[in-house]
Amino acid sequence: MLAFLVQRISQAALVMFVISVIAFAIQDGLGDPLQEMVGMSVSQEEREALREELGLNDPMVVQYLRFAGKAIQGDLGKSYFYGKPTLTVIAEHLPATLELVIGASLIIMFLSVPIGVYAAIRPQEWLAKFFMGVSTVGISIPVFLTAIVLIQIYSIGVTVEWFPEDTGWGQWLNGALSTEGGMPSYGRGEDLTYLFGTWNSGFFTERGLMHLVLPCISLASIMLPLFIRLIRAEMMEVLQSDYIRYARAKGLSAARINFLHALKNTMLPVITVGGVQIGIMVAYTILTETVFQWPGVGLMFLEAITRSDIPLIVAYLMVVGLIFVVTNTLVDLIYGLVNPTVKLTGKKA
Amino acid sequence: MTTATLSRWDRFRESFLWYSFKRDKVAIASFVVLVLMVLAAIFAPLLAPTNPYDLAQINIMNSELPPVGMQGADPAFPLGTDAQGRDMLSTILYGTRVSLLIGFGAVVLQAALGILFGLLAGYLGGRVDSILMRIADVQLSFSTLMVAIIVGAVFKASFGNLMFGEIAIYMLIFIIGVAEWPQIARTVRASVLAEKKKEYVDAAKVMGFRTNRIMFRHILPNTLSPIFVIATVQIANAIISEAALSFLGLGMPETQPSLGSLIKSGFDYIQSGSWWITLIPGLVLVVLVLVINLLGDWLRDVMNPRLYKG
Repeated sequence: MLAFLVQRISQAALVMFVISVIAFAIQDGLGDPLQEMVGMSVSQEEREALREELGLNDPMVVQYLRFAGKAIQGDLGKSYFYGKPTLTVIAEHLPATLELVIGASLIIMFLSVPIGVYAAIRPQEWLAKFFMGVSTVGISIPVFLTAIVLIQIYSIGVTVEWFPEDTGWGQWLNGALSTEGGMPSYGRGEDLTYLFGTWNSGFFTERGLMHLVLPCISLASIMLPLFIRLIRAEMMEVLQSDYIRYARAKGLSAARINFLHALKNTMLPVITVGGVQIGIMVAYTILTETVFQWPGVGLMFLEAITRSDIPLIVAYLMVVGLIFVVTNTLVDLIYGLVNPTVKLTGKKA
Repeated sequence: MTTATLSRWDRFRESFLWYSFKRDKVAIASFVVLVLMVLAAIFAPLLAPTNPYDLAQINIMNSELPPVGMQGADPAFPLGTDAQGRDMLSTILYGTRVSLLIGFGAVVLQAALGILFGLLAGYLGGRVDSILMRIADVQLSFSTLMVAIIVGAVFKASFGNLMFGEIAIYMLIFIIGVAEWPQIARTVRASVLAEKKKEYVDAAKVMGFRTNRIMFRHILPNTLSPIFVIATVQIANAIISEAALSFLGLGMPETQPSLGSLIKSGFDYIQSGSWWITLIPGLVLVVLVLVINLLGDWLRDVMNPRLYKG
């Protein structure tokens, strides 16, 4: 176990090193810090002197080491736009993104397990086929389009006038199909509860929750079909294994077999894939946040790109890289713990 | 390349592929829709009523006209017009063309990279294998979309808006191709590992063929069917990635729109009630991706009957 732990952590450190090199290369390759600091009027000699002073003439390796040393101490430079340390800016925006991811993960967990299990146990029933069909369609809809359609329906509202207004049933159908614009679709709203540090939460007030609904559904919509398909496929495979047949032969109840024996082993691979997918959701938050003007790190990153706020871009890369590496390492470790058949050393993908 | 008794066409008609295609209504319908869309995209300059790239044909007075069937529609613009007065039907035809071009181009690039690295990793094994697959693992764990967004952002920051707009098609093909190669490389590697143990490879080795020849002439043809399956799905993924990048403003410029940048340009006007600028290209995008995905699912079931995963 210790060998496995050491191997995993050193691998994570290696990946973080590569990410920091890439981030450093971006910082170095894009833009000249001198231009941001001084105007046109500064003479060539003064520029050179400043260059020397800032250490921009040092060899690459020395510059990288300085960059990495500062990064480890939590100093990733100042944002040009906000005029504050980049990590502070990110810390202010991160809670909004995390709440989005938490909300979406809850939706995914509570829907994908029952639907996936049901579709695996009763693959021939029309409802199961309907769920599978919907998830194929769901995979084909880009997350930003789901978000736009949700805004159109629940925020702007759709008025249906397909049926004749002069008849009672026509009026009723028109009313039933039209949606009132009631859901907020921009930002997080004002009703936030202060938790700690920079974390103001929308989970504890009604308005805050209302603001979370549409963005969370959009973000969940991209992963939900993947999870349903995955759980169904894994469950069907488990249901064909010998120990399940043996349990059936013993005369155990179907519910006991399905939910106690089969589900346990179904969830193992789902944990691995699931952990990685939740990391991947960070990428999709960029799209969701853009559509809903959600003040999280994704929107902040995109604005940093338009403003060429290079320190902020670099800091975002480092932070997101760290999130990915930490989740992946944790998932690997948890998987190694819960599944004793995994060879703890020299595990190959 | 015909055998003595059967021509290629006959062999195809005898094949299991054709047999199962004939019996699968979903596959036939998806195929027909896909072929129609591809043809419409290829012949867009002939089919489109106007040329959206030609500023002389655009009249700003026609902007934001609704599609036919709604109040205030102009029959000259069956699907309405966008905010600049461009005919939606024409822009969608041209946009589908750009989206498909980038989708195919990106998959060709990622297949080239994926096949090369997959063959090297699988056949040579050892250190080459572990280095290449480590890179692939890391890249996959970062999500291909994230990699594409970052590379796109860096390119855009270093080239500037105007320059980026001009070379956007090539950039997007490059970005998506490079971001997604691990998917194909892994598939190729897995099938190479299975093929490597077979006798014909030993025979080729004994005959003294060079490694390159064994890899590309002997093993590669036997790994093609899984590549084919995954490449189909990857086209759908590439089209979605392109749309996402364009939607974020890291893709095609509005003057030369893809389906994604059409959706983006319409999104600015959706609050004013002009839903068609966004939702019609969106629908076209979903149908395009859906039929490719359905065909991919079908292909996977046919070419790999062991897998019932759906």
